[in-house]
Amino acid sequence: MDNIVGTKSRLVWAVNLCALALVLLWTFPTFGLLVSSFRDRDQITASGWWKAMFPAEASLQYRAPAPDSAKLVDGLYVLEGNVFEGGAGKVSAFGTSIREPGAHEVGSSVDAGDGATLTVLENGDFTITSASAMEGSRGMRIFATTVTPARFTVENYDRVLGAEGLGRAFLNTLTVSIPATVIPILVAAFAAYALAWMEFPGRALIVAGVVGLLVVPLQLALIPLLKLHNDIGIGKNYIGIWLAHTGFGLPLAIYLLRNYMVGLPREIIESARVDGATDFKIFLRIILPLSFPALASFAIFQFLWTWNDLLVALVFLGNSADQLVMTGQLKNLMGSRGGDWEILATSAFITIAVPLVVFFAMQKYLVRGLLAGSVK
Amino acid sequence: MGSVSLSNIRKSYGAVEVLHGINLDVADGEFTVLVGPSGCGKSTLLRSLAGLETISSGEITIDGKVVNKLHPKHRDIAMVFQNYALYPHMNVAENMGFSLKLAKVPRAEIEAKVRKAAEILDLTEMLGRKPAQLSGGQRQRVAMGRAIVRNPAVFLFDEPLSNLDAKLRVQMRSEIKELHQRLGTTIVYVTHDQIEAMTMADRIVVMKAGHVEQIGAPLELYDNPANVFVAGFIGSPAMNFLHATAKGGQCVLADGTALGPLPVPVAEGRSFTLGIRPEHFIIDQAAAPALVSLVEPTGAEIQFTAHLGGASVLVTTRDRITARVGDPIGLRVEPGRMHAFDAKTGQRIEG
Repeated sequence: MDNIVGTKSRLVWAVNLCALALVLLWTFPTFGLLVSSFRDRDQITASGWWKAMFPAEASLQYRAPAPDSAKLVDGLYVLEGNVFEGGAGKVSAFGTSIREPGAHEVGSSVDAGDGATLTVLENGDFTITSASAMEGSRGMRIFATTVTPARFTVENYDRVLGAEGLGRAFLNTLTVSIPATVIPILVAAFAAYALAWMEFPGRALIVAGVVGLLVVPLQLALIPLLKLHNDIGIGKNYIGIWLAHTGFGLPLAIYLLRNYMVGLPREIIESARVDGATDFKIFLRIILPLSFPALASFAIFQFLWTWNDLLVALVFLGNSADQLVMTGQLKNLMGSRGGDWEILATSAFITIAVPLVVFFAMQKYLVRGLLAGSVK
Repeated sequence: MGSVSLSNIRKSYGAVEVLHGINLDVADGEFTVLVGPSGCGKSTLLRSLAGLETISSGEITIDGKVVNKLHPKHRDIAMVFQNYALYPHMNVAENMGFSLKLAKVPRAEIEAKVRKAAEILDLTEMLGRKPAQLSGGQRQRVAMGRAIVRNPAVFLFDEPLSNLDAKLRVQMRSEIKELHQRLGTTIVYVTHDQIEAMTMADRIVVMKAGHVEQIGAPLELYDNPANVFVAGFIGSPAMNFLHATAKGGQCVLADGTALGPLPVPVAEGRSFTLGIRPEHFIIDQAAAPALVSLVEPTGAEIQFTAHLGGASVLVTTRDRITARVGDPIGLRVEPGRMHAFDAKTGQRIEG
């Protein structure tokens, strides 16, 4: 379109800005969620996820051992230790007063009062020396400004997938979503071909009926359908939810696929007929491959919808660990672990990871023109 | 082998009849072209022959076998569509071999047949390509290849060249004709282009509004059109039609100009339609006076539009004549080249 002669609309930049804003609106929180899911609880409390890549600065307060325990070395009373108590870290500055926790450079010797001298090294080792014996059982307070390098952990994932039961819920969701996507596509593809290319009385009425069903809210059917499932002995079971999702997804599936198939060139189908193909062969060898973009786009819709669904799962599946889907588990976690952001962020990211992969893997089929070159 | 016989074919959509009893016999190996303006039913007739349309009554016989109720695949025909109708998701070889694959022919045999057809059509290099990667002419050849591999009794072509540009059309025209001479298979070919019909056909069927107007060899139609419609449809530029009256053995135009002796005996004083092809005029200053109103040189010849006897006629000549608009010229007609048609029915007046 760039080569069309004429002045461009001045609002092009506004359009571009809007697009950029929308993209950011989408990707920013997603990325934040991803980063947060790799941080531990203390990091999340201390700083925002956008600081995760930089070393974190923190103040640390340490109480030195009791002065009584000072050892006599070469005529000096010496107290030694490490402000990290065996942990790792880097001290950038230290101080002896809470007002000035970063008053002194590491390595320098400063007057700590009562004739004592304090030295803190970068690795946290400190030495307190005094010419006279130190007294008292309360140790001196040492303040240090520490720098913790950027650190990421998969501990959250380990914990969420295992102990919090999200791994099991993940499998349950897959168990729901995959058949609930495949079954309606299979049924709808046949139906759509028949409604698009086979002539039989009442075809137009059926199409109109399908369009009508598009606007019926599914809540209407929840209770009667569940009753029916209980009556015929399916009960709360995976088969029940597959059937429910299939039923709720079929009108849209048939509608989308039929409209796509109707647009396929008639000559291709006639040509196949002359070539000796039966209706089934035409469907299998010609229509299905050519309808792939439509099948893929519907598959994306249906998969995302079943993956994110909570309502239908609550109605048609039980609450036990082997039936609870991820959205349900997430809801439970938000109730019981509302303050544990690292758990929630990780769970949320696991929940959206699959839809993201599905979308990026399939989106090229949405835009690919499979029909290019068939006619004209 | 591949003879086709249509007898009294009728086809109606509801109350509207689009084919009014077509009778046609195509001999084995004959190249028959159905030609006519759009909407004349020629495509419907071809599709009925292919089995893609049902007919309301009549009998279709292919190779001596009545095929009225037969599925297209059992009619032993192959069809080439106007927009090629290639399968976009298959490559050229798969496109050509699809029908054989459906017929469960062994793979080696399919490969051999496809290869042979590709050689005939000069497509060997393209076998691995998808239709989208081919040019218009190549796609057309693949569509023909798809028909060839089946080795049918009859080839059906439905305006196969109308999507090609003018130059390619001329080239494909001779390729199809060559192919026919090589394979010797019966061809029924539909087109609205009378030049295609004239150049390719062994026999032309001119159709109009669901009726067959005339059947005959190209030059026969050209020289002896059965009616005004065929006369006007065949030949380019089209034939001139003038109102004339028979007076004293002469064709006399509306303003009294005598153009020459009657081509066939016509009752004295009867008015009729006089048909003259543009190239049959001879410019002769001593003959009937006319006034040039338009000059169009095409290179090989010059086309004049002239006023003759109160009507406008088109004249083509190979002579380099330097007449300008408004110049008077004289026109007469080559002896024996005038056609007389009934003024009312449009039918040829036979001698």
